[in-house]
Amino acid sequence: MPQQLPPDAPEPVPGAAHAPDWAAVERDPEFRRLKAEKRRFILPATLFFIAYYFALPVLVGYFPEAMGRDVFGEVNLAYLFALSQFFMAWALMWLYVRRARGFDAMAERVAAGIAGGAR
Amino acid sequence: MSTSLVMFLVFIVITLGITWWASRRTATTAEFYSAGRSITGFQNGWAVAGDYMSAASFLGIAGLIAFYGYDGFMYSVGWLVAYLTVLLLVAEPLRNTGKFTMADVLAFRLRSRSVRTVAAISTLTVSLFYMIAQMVGAGSLVSLLIPQIGFNTAIVMVGVLMLVYVIFGGMLATTWVQIVKAVLLMAGTILLSILVMAEFGFSFTAFADAVAGVTGRFCEAGALKDGVCPDGAAPIVRDFTQPGLYYHGRWGPLSLISLGVALIFGTAGLPHILVRFYTVPSAQQARVSVVWAMILIGSFYIMTTFLGFGAATLVGKENIGLLKDGVLVPNQNLAAPLLAERLGGEVFLSFVSAIAFATILAVVAGLTIASSSAFAHDVWFSVVKRGEQHDEREQVRVARIAAAVIGALSIVLAIALKSLNVAFLVGLAFAVAASANVPAILLTLYWRRFNTTGMVLGMTVGLLASLVLIVLSPAVMGIDPPTAAARHLIQADPVFPLDNPALVSVPLGFLAAILGSLFSRNSAAEDAYAELDVRANTGVGAV
Repeated sequence: MPQQLPPDAPEPVPGAAHAPDWAAVERDPEFRRLKAEKRRFILPATLFFIAYYFALPVLVGYFPEAMGRDVFGEVNLAYLFALSQFFMAWALMWLYVRRARGFDAMAERVAAGIAGGAR
Repeated sequence: MSTSLVMFLVFIVITLGITWWASRRTATTAEFYSAGRSITGFQNGWAVAGDYMSAASFLGIAGLIAFYGYDGFMYSVGWLVAYLTVLLLVAEPLRNTGKFTMADVLAFRLRSRSVRTVAAISTLTVSLFYMIAQMVGAGSLVSLLIPQIGFNTAIVMVGVLMLVYVIFGGMLATTWVQIVKAVLLMAGTILLSILVMAEFGFSFTAFADAVAGVTGRFCEAGALKDGVCPDGAAPIVRDFTQPGLYYHGRWGPLSLISLGVALIFGTAGLPHILVRFYTVPSAQQARVSVVWAMILIGSFYIMTTFLGFGAATLVGKENIGLLKDGVLVPNQNLAAPLLAERLGGEVFLSFVSAIAFATILAVVAGLTIASSSAFAHDVWFSVVKRGEQHDEREQVRVARIAAAVIGALSIVLAIALKSLNVAFLVGLAFAVAASANVPAILLTLYWRRFNTTGMVLGMTVGLLASLVLIVLSPAVMGIDPPTAAARHLIQADPVFPLDNPALVSVPLGFLAAILGSLFSRNSAAEDAYAELDVRANTGVGAV
């Protein structure tokens, strides 16, 4: 690692003779496609998990009697809903990891374009 | 020599061995702060889990569930779901654009010195609060389980050990201490859960029946005293499977939601968790770390059901405490250790106590290294020395001195505050992280228009709002009955009704950050967004 860099300066891009034109990369269709694809997954996923999560304290806090109703044996709705949060988190995680492989491939193509000095 | 002492010593010897091994591989800043980015995603997942699952979660959650039933489980849920914020929004861009600290990401396109100063203050505040809470916990735990060791000795012992790990072994030693601790904690928790279920013939419905047999009482308004409510009404009785035993009354639901805000957003702003993502070679490995961390953390918090409800049914909350002059003084932190004793005798009690001790050590070591890098890398070399050139050895030396100073400070503060109930400090750390750090991190990554004014304003408002509101909240203010020991720092009626300030302070932090940006203009910060955007998303030029 070069030592002469001030701590703030981002590391230079390996393989590039001069700093890439970042604004041009941002306009690059492949990069824009990557961003759009990511947003299409991450934004709804985030909104979904926030809504799903906060439904728990809202329901449990304001409707404790209804949530305390038993579903089977002494196991009630409140516990099952809380437990479902764990599986929701794992499911979303699994979906994201699957999608992220596609993001990685697109990101690699953009990075290769920058390293190749195409722009 | 007691079994506990032997197990503590075994853990200490193993971790010191790790430290000795790591010290020979720690010379440069990248090695000291980030373990040379040599940790794999799988290993880092265990280390993140080890860094995250503090004594507050292991001992505290088991105790909360054992005393209040279902409501205690609310914490467990939030602590896992919080990682979705880390996974989806923070871990990968942070790894791609930062180097050693949280401030690296914030300083990427904003004016460096003011940003780093504020970010370092926030990091040090969060870490120090968190550390004091852990160390006071360690003091009472060790002095309780091994009466030969006094409270102050226990704190000094924990403090010195964490400093040895960090100063000599840097991030590499800290990482492996966290991994060893996470393995021990998972093993202990799985074993305890199996033993609990064995008591109920491995029938979940039989277990639930037993839990429903345990009841608690509360008043709609005011505190229960001698079996009657202040307004003369009969107390409400609920069994332990039902919500409401902890969060009830007029402000109960909002307190529960506020806690949720602090947990869900706070985790992505905890500096000691964020710096862990710099120890892996790439953003892909950072993602793998979060995945493993989520698998481990989720499994652990599901098992708190068995720990907490197991203690409630098999030990009984009226038996969880410590005998003092023939009277049992209730102590929630003892729920898990006493459950272990009930199920596996003295040897298992010692094992679980050793795990709790390891848990505290791993967490405080992580906090120490995160705060020493914030001080050395952000404050000393970037702000005070204005980014002058220094060789690697000099930088590592300053980081080691910073660790020693922060460690000594936390030892002194922990001893000074030992008689107070400091559990609220963990909540405060999460609230500050959620209100000050998270708005800044999210806005710099996802909002082009964000600038230095917005960042400084947002962080300052988020930090101050959390601090002021928590001082005015029931966590600090309250009137204790004259007979009992004072639990509250300020003996007066609370001004702010919620236990946790996040519901108010997080929106305030975001609002200040957004307004600060809108009322000022910084074209350099906006122009530099293009570079941040490309790098965060592609990993081009990541260290």
